[in-house]
Amino acid sequence: MTALRRNLSGALVLGIPLAWIVLFMLVPYGIIATYSFWIKAYPTFKPAFQFGNYVTLFTDPQYVQVLLRTLKISALVSAASLALAYPFAYWLVFRCRWQGVRTWLYMAVIAPLWVSYLLRAYIWKTILGTEGILNSFLMWAGLTDAPTDIFLYNQFAMILTLTYIFIPFMVMPIYTALERIPPNLTEASADLGMTPWQTFLKVTLPLSMPGIAAGFTLTFCLSFGDFIAPFLVGGPDGNLIASVIQTQFGSALNWPLGSALSIVMLVIVLSIVSLSDRLERNSTAGGA
Amino acid sequence: MARSVVSRYGADTAFMTFVALLMAFLYVPIWVLIAFSFSSSRSLTWPIPGFTLDWYRKLFANEDLLTALGNSFYVAILSTLLSLVVGVAAAMALHRFHFPGKTLFRRLILLPITLPGIVTGISMLNMFSLFGMPLSLETVIFGHATALLGVVVTQVYARLQRIPRSLEEASGDLGATPLRTFLFVTLPNLRSAIIGAGLLSFVLSFDEIPVTFFLTGRDNTLPMYIYSTMRRGVTPEINAVGTLIVLASLVLIVLSVIATRDRSGAGR
Repeated sequence: MTALRRNLSGALVLGIPLAWIVLFMLVPYGIIATYSFWIKAYPTFKPAFQFGNYVTLFTDPQYVQVLLRTLKISALVSAASLALAYPFAYWLVFRCRWQGVRTWLYMAVIAPLWVSYLLRAYIWKTILGTEGILNSFLMWAGLTDAPTDIFLYNQFAMILTLTYIFIPFMVMPIYTALERIPPNLTEASADLGMTPWQTFLKVTLPLSMPGIAAGFTLTFCLSFGDFIAPFLVGGPDGNLIASVIQTQFGSALNWPLGSALSIVMLVIVLSIVSLSDRLERNSTAGGA
Repeated sequence: MARSVVSRYGADTAFMTFVALLMAFLYVPIWVLIAFSFSSSRSLTWPIPGFTLDWYRKLFANEDLLTALGNSFYVAILSTLLSLVVGVAAAMALHRFHFPGKTLFRRLILLPITLPGIVTGISMLNMFSLFGMPLSLETVIFGHATALLGVVVTQVYARLQRIPRSLEEASGDLGATPLRTFLFVTLPNLRSAIIGAGLLSFVLSFDEIPVTFFLTGRDNTLPMYIYSTMRRGVTPEINAVGTLIVLASLVLIVLSVIATRDRSGAGR
């Protein structure tokens, strides 16, 4: 009786999430994978098995360009977040002498995650716009005579906004990784005559690699799939892959092509995740 | 020696300036958002000509917005509950059992954390339309729960690993059924992790756009409503909603800090 009951509860514990994954992830992914081989036909689409959609994606310059631009922007967002997050996390963990300040500053960087993502993108639209706050401020201060449109609707605005939105995802894993480094390692390195800079390069930085990898993965994947910020602050040359997917399922009404694009996105995200998993495993294996 | 003291002092100053600038980068925009919600001018330009509470008054008279707010509460509460039930079960399965395909299981369940919401939204949209299910707030709820599952699993799984195994074993040895052990031993130990994960899921669902965008029928959630207003241009009214959202987030952050505080105290 007990054994039966134990099996039953075990089956539930495993069965519920398993059923959920199959129903809401595997089946839907399977459906878009199937659609990606179909053909657009008036008024919707018809079954087929051909690679035409994928060929279009990888040969039509329009789509190749969007894909490359998206990769570039996500890489730049991750790089900018890393440049801001690493010194910050480093200072908090190793240099900050006041425990209270450390806790508060860490919370202050994470807190914006709780504030609406949409609003954080919107704020930059209102700041950077031609009739926006920055322009009117510059004119008010007498620094410029006429409003300039160089701030908004370009790739810089997009990178700035996405960095602003996703930076907490870079701070969290790096902070955790740095905190895990035993202090005696850096002390030993200093005792052995290394300069702080050498210690950083040879001890701290390699040991924090898993955090950097995790942060890079998160910020990269999140900006890679974003279509709100490009819509709000990106310009005419600011279409990202997600905006194109949205169009295919909306006004362009080409579900097979949109499905193929979603599959490409899924594959890219999966490869980045498994790559960073491997990197993380290697470095923890090497460290232990 | 003197030189190293000087350079250390210099480095500290440089670091602190950097941290101050980073904080300014993060928080000046939020203060700007708040300040302009009180602006008496329609356009968002400096200097602010005067202060008014009109935009807030308009908000509370805006029926569409209030309906959207209600919808958001409905969606966020139900999707949080669903993702908690499924997520806690998944975390228990990962913690307790060894089964073939466990790595794949873990990967899949954590995937939506990194997977852009648009893929979740599109793929579920395709499934619902294939099976002839009309889009509604309920389809949005399933979408959100799927997207949030990973968040719950990570937090609960991390806590499960810190509960000493001996507690549950002792309970079993004393004759408790697995269900009783779960209810009276495991669950109380997970309490703060579940509350923390629940609050975070609630906030993320309340704020969600990409999945909602594809899975909602006629009904709007609050962010979808704000998003469609933004298409028409920027107004201080959006800033006023934004300010209220910032306030609400602040309350939730404080709540979650209080709820998860026993992590270092009673949790150990």
